[in-house]
Amino acid sequence: MINIEKREEFDIKIDKTVGKPFIKDAKFSTRNVDVFYGEKQAIFDANIDIGKNQIIAMIGPSGCGKSTFLRCLNRMNDTIQDCHISGDIKLDDEDIYQKQQDPVLLRARVGMVFQKPNPFPKSIYDNVAYGAKLHGLASSKIELDELVEKSLIRAGLFKEVKDSLHKSGTGLSGGQQQRLCIARTIAIDPEVILMDEPTSALDPIATAVIEELMIDLSKKYTIAIVTHSMQQAARVSQRTAYFHLGYLVEVNDTNTVFTNPEHQLTENYITGRFG
Amino acid sequence: MISNTKKIKNKLAKRYAKEKRFQIYGLSAIAVSIAFLLSLLINISTTGFPAFQQTYINIDVNIDSKLLNLVDKYNEKALFSANYRKVVNQSLKTLFPGVKGRKQKKALRQLVSKSARYQLRDLVINNPDIINTKQSLWFLARDDVDVFMKGGIDRSLPESDRRLKNFQLVWIDKLLAENRLEKRFNINFFTQGDSREPEQAGIKGAMIGSLLTMLVTMLLSFPIGVAAAIYLEEFAPKNNRWVDIIEININNLAAVPSIVFGLLGLAVFIGVFGVPRSIPLIGGLVLTLMTLPTIIISSRASLRAVSPSIREAALGLGASRVQTTFHHVVPAAMPGILTGTIIGMAQALGETAPLLMIGMVAFIADVPQGITDPSTVLPVQIYLWSDSPERAFTERTSAAIMVLLGFLIVMNLLAVIMRRKFEKKR
Repeated sequence: MINIEKREEFDIKIDKTVGKPFIKDAKFSTRNVDVFYGEKQAIFDANIDIGKNQIIAMIGPSGCGKSTFLRCLNRMNDTIQDCHISGDIKLDDEDIYQKQQDPVLLRARVGMVFQKPNPFPKSIYDNVAYGAKLHGLASSKIELDELVEKSLIRAGLFKEVKDSLHKSGTGLSGGQQQRLCIARTIAIDPEVILMDEPTSALDPIATAVIEELMIDLSKKYTIAIVTHSMQQAARVSQRTAYFHLGYLVEVNDTNTVFTNPEHQLTENYITGRFG
Repeated sequence: MISNTKKIKNKLAKRYAKEKRFQIYGLSAIAVSIAFLLSLLINISTTGFPAFQQTYINIDVNIDSKLLNLVDKYNEKALFSANYRKVVNQSLKTLFPGVKGRKQKKALRQLVSKSARYQLRDLVINNPDIINTKQSLWFLARDDVDVFMKGGIDRSLPESDRRLKNFQLVWIDKLLAENRLEKRFNINFFTQGDSREPEQAGIKGAMIGSLLTMLVTMLLSFPIGVAAAIYLEEFAPKNNRWVDIIEININNLAAVPSIVFGLLGLAVFIGVFGVPRSIPLIGGLVLTLMTLPTIIISSRASLRAVSPSIREAALGLGASRVQTTFHHVVPAAMPGILTGTIIGMAQALGETAPLLMIGMVAFIADVPQGITDPSTVLPVQIYLWSDSPERAFTERTSAAIMVLLGFLIVMNLLAVIMRRKFEKKR
């Protein structure tokens, strides 16, 4: 039960991320990352590695900074006026916040799928083709057609929409829209896909389809997913990171986190004592 | 103790009564506004419709070369300056023999419009062979005759209260009996510029002037306004003091009385830059100043209403900010931007006050050929005519208002069509 009178989690000290935050062969590695919104600090000293071709799940109660952290990885926070970030975030050993780094190029390498499906108010075809056209990835109409088809097949949507490619993407169901957004992201063939609660607006059946898709995609892509569903984290991810009030509390193999958490806060959260 | 259900039930009747009352207020407000609108429209159209007809008068003209004071009928210069007035007057005298007295003779001459002599001149210059022949010609009737024919002068009034005296009525009766008076569609109203004589006055000059002025306004205010809105909404740094100052000023400009923009135009465009006055170019510049705040404010509102998730989606795919803005945000905001622009343009179309300041209130009889020809605009023309004492100008004023309303309706229809088109595309 949640004890409203005395939230004991405030008394538990967080010194240092426990578990195994660092691994060999990391795709992303972050060191001493602090994030501020104006005066307010949203992330405190986050240190974590994200492995190649793995799915890492980020869990934690609302407002714990997991989405903020995810959005640092492709510099989406740049668009927020008074957000500033310190520390190192490296993608393939290159600092993504260094001056020479072009955010446009970075976002082509690190794609993102959002909480609410957000297809463009254009046709399904144009939705998928947009990124490729933007970056000049297809040299001819035929190549573009192939790319669109391939991306839709990979996203498991092609069968459902092959006869209506030129109908509006906003006319699809929620689950289809989210898969369209995934197809749109993989059409530009990024190295990493960030997913910010991609199934929170979907029903269980659509969620299952997307989870399967994630596992399939992880063979080729590195995936970082923020989720509120611990079952989802357990089902799809290899590693899990637990955030609490801006602190990265624990990172470990998903199995270990859910069966044998090291930190008291993690245990409290996964056993449903709060959150 | 009373249960909750009972408490709620007791209040229910009161709540419904309140709802009903509010509906009645709303409906009566709508009814009142419709009544006002209808009375306005009915008033204007009943006054204005007669202006679409004009009385013509038929006279047998003896084009005598002696009266014309013409020796060589193939000399164009002589033909141009010949005395056509005398010919027209003589024909009237032949029609009504035995008119005595200076006053009556003058009244007789004033049965036909002054334009008759010019009409005759053009006819003769085109075909000099009709000199020394007798022609049956239709001329414009003078405004008083025209007003009488449309029932604007009451015969039963005492003679001293009438514009047309008894002897004039006798002439008109004679003309009517001989089928020499006829009401026709007033083509002059749509093909002529302004004139001091109501029967010759047309609205074409003002219509073309309005069109050219609107064109200048549109071409300037739409791109400038939309670009400013896009910059302020999408690119300008937030919480910046300068941006805030600009914002406050734009909002305040929207509330500035329009005549102030006229003064500004007079001081800056005419005074400093030396743009000639009375031309559609300067009118368009001044109206651009006036419509810019409207366009900027409404464009910003519709840009702000575009869901941020669309921006995130585009940025997340690696689109730059400019690409995000122009590929996704602006098209999504376009219906709203267009609505704002049309509202601004409609406002500009009906604007009189600032144009008075820059000389567009001048009397201009010629139809403008371009944006640098002196011209007037529809609302100013209406203002000018409503100021004229002649009875025949009253109906022309209302007719001009009808034309102006027609313009507005066309513009609004255009806006609706364009908005539909943009919405369908999405």
